[in-house]
Amino acid sequence: MSLQVLTYLIVGITFIIYIGIAVWSRASSTSEFYIAGAHVPPLANGLATAADWMSAASFISMAGIVSYMGRDGSVYLMGWTGGYVLLALLIAPYLRDFGKFTVPDFIGDRYYSQLARMVAVVCAIFVSFTYVAGQMRGVGVVFSRFLEVDINMGVLIGMGIVFFYAVLGGMKGITYTQVAQYCVLIFAYMVPAIFISMLMTGNPVPQLGFGGELTDAYGGGYLLDRLDGLHEELGFAAYTEGVRSSLDVLFITAALIMGTAGLPHVIIRFFTVPSVRAARKSAGYALLFIAILYTTAPAIAAFARTNLINTVSNAEYVSMPSWFRTWENTKLISFEDKNGDGLIQYVADPAVNELTVDRDIIVLANPEIAQLPNWVIALVAAGGLAAALSTAAGLLLVISTSISHDLLKRNLMPDISEKQELTYARVAIFFAVCIAGYFGINPPGFVAQVVAFAFGLAASSFFPAIVLGIFSTRMNKEGAVAGMIAGIVFTAIYIVYFKFVNPAMDNADHWWLGVSPEGIGTLGMLLNFIVAVVVCRFTPEPPQQVKDMVLDIRVPGQPD
Amino acid sequence: MNNTDNLYWQENIRILKILLSIWFVVSFLMSVIFVDQLDVIRIGGFKFGFWMAQQGSIYVYVILIFIYLKMMDNLDRKYHHDEKAILAEEAASRRAQGESP
Repeated sequence: MSLQVLTYLIVGITFIIYIGIAVWSRASSTSEFYIAGAHVPPLANGLATAADWMSAASFISMAGIVSYMGRDGSVYLMGWTGGYVLLALLIAPYLRDFGKFTVPDFIGDRYYSQLARMVAVVCAIFVSFTYVAGQMRGVGVVFSRFLEVDINMGVLIGMGIVFFYAVLGGMKGITYTQVAQYCVLIFAYMVPAIFISMLMTGNPVPQLGFGGELTDAYGGGYLLDRLDGLHEELGFAAYTEGVRSSLDVLFITAALIMGTAGLPHVIIRFFTVPSVRAARKSAGYALLFIAILYTTAPAIAAFARTNLINTVSNAEYVSMPSWFRTWENTKLISFEDKNGDGLIQYVADPAVNELTVDRDIIVLANPEIAQLPNWVIALVAAGGLAAALSTAAGLLLVISTSISHDLLKRNLMPDISEKQELTYARVAIFFAVCIAGYFGINPPGFVAQVVAFAFGLAASSFFPAIVLGIFSTRMNKEGAVAGMIAGIVFTAIYIVYFKFVNPAMDNADHWWLGVSPEGIGTLGMLLNFIVAVVVCRFTPEPPQQVKDMVLDIRVPGQPD
Repeated sequence: MNNTDNLYWQENIRILKILLSIWFVVSFLMSVIFVDQLDVIRIGGFKFGFWMAQQGSIYVYVILIFIYLKMMDNLDRKYHHDEKAILAEEAASRRAQGESP
């Protein structure tokens, strides 16, 4: 069977599974639509949260990014896992006990203020749209590279699938589809990783092969020592040493961690379980399932980097293997023979370097580089689609609930019936899918830059407001609103200045205190905390019923 | 807040302080600030600091959440906050798996 047919077959089967699950798990009430009726067992919620969290960027790009950044790539590895500790310990159990539908629900009720609710709604919608545009693009890219469909057609097919199961099943349909999608994506990620680890180090566990010795065919010696040596020869910084300042690494890691703990589409997943204990437990499962991919990614990064340098460095261009040509056609690899010697010079010095390699190749072309069978390559396509679709669905649900529940039911149209609210939720998801699809087909040029924005914003707005709302009974609406606005405005101005107004200045010499725009959310978060606490001192205490509510959510299982 | 709830909350805070201190040391001290000093130690092909930054920290995060789960289970049992939650969870997982009790 040709690769093309095999890929269609495997992707087709996964799509049929997703649609089957959607039909089986239709939602009939707002509770089912928003939070799957709070009946999701912790294991299933852990799987769904992992699929929800791991996006096209985690699946396709992360190993590649780490492979180019070396040790500094740890900002993403820790930044996108460490937040689950904060979620489990500081946020998830209490918000589960609070027992409503959305994050703006909590902010609005806890701070007894429609203004606070609106700030939360705007942040939730902005952060979610930022993210979802990238997912739709990822769907289009996978379709075009593996199935040779036009990118736009790929986005439309992806929209159709997500629309079908999100509109029909709401959170319930999305949750059980995500369980299936996690299984597809983790299998697709691990199979090539295990093959390559076996091939290069003889150890089937990539996490161990990472620190193991190369087989004789690869010249023996520890993999990481070899990689450091190769880097030194070619003028790159040693792979296992960092280039960025410790302070900047610290701030970026912290911003991603606090951002993770403040992202509405992640928090909302903990509303779907039946109890406080189930919320704690599912956070543990979620991180366990995420960790499987996140500890494999840096291993793949090192394997692929070594393989790539070994294959291309000072080799003849005409004798490159077939995958090189395939990916050259997609423009993800480009070679320019500057000195006309017919050999590929791949070095750190941009004046001499002749090869440009897109970071996405590391995962997408890995099976071909390691000469794995066709079904593995087809599997990677299905895995990439699963990662992108599962994240897109979770985000679209946040957008739809923000509109039908937070904006309409809790604010503008409190008198609508549950049935009407459900209809509005479905209509909202329809428009959200269309807007996301539009951004997928016409991607704004700044998608990469706005990711820093999404995390910075979540870290500097939601995280402090939620934590203070739980751990301080004294915190009032004046403090929380002032803190959120101070945090957002500060973070937004810093990022907009360096990313859009004056990108030429975006380097360590001009950054304030040496903190890059990616890490500024950490300072925004601290500012939010300080402003909130100070303003709170000079303004009236919150009403007694709000204090009672805070005391109530601190203890599991008490009646509301 | 009655007295028992107050004690429950204070013990909860104590658990959080311990676990979050470990979380902080692992994430920011061992994996970022003192990573070069730890790199002197080698485990197989790994420099220890590098391993903490790219592997070890993530393992510690997973372990921390499961320790938290265990400690909170004990605390809930001590203060009788467990039964209702656990029963509800069991009922839900039975429903999901289609098992009879």
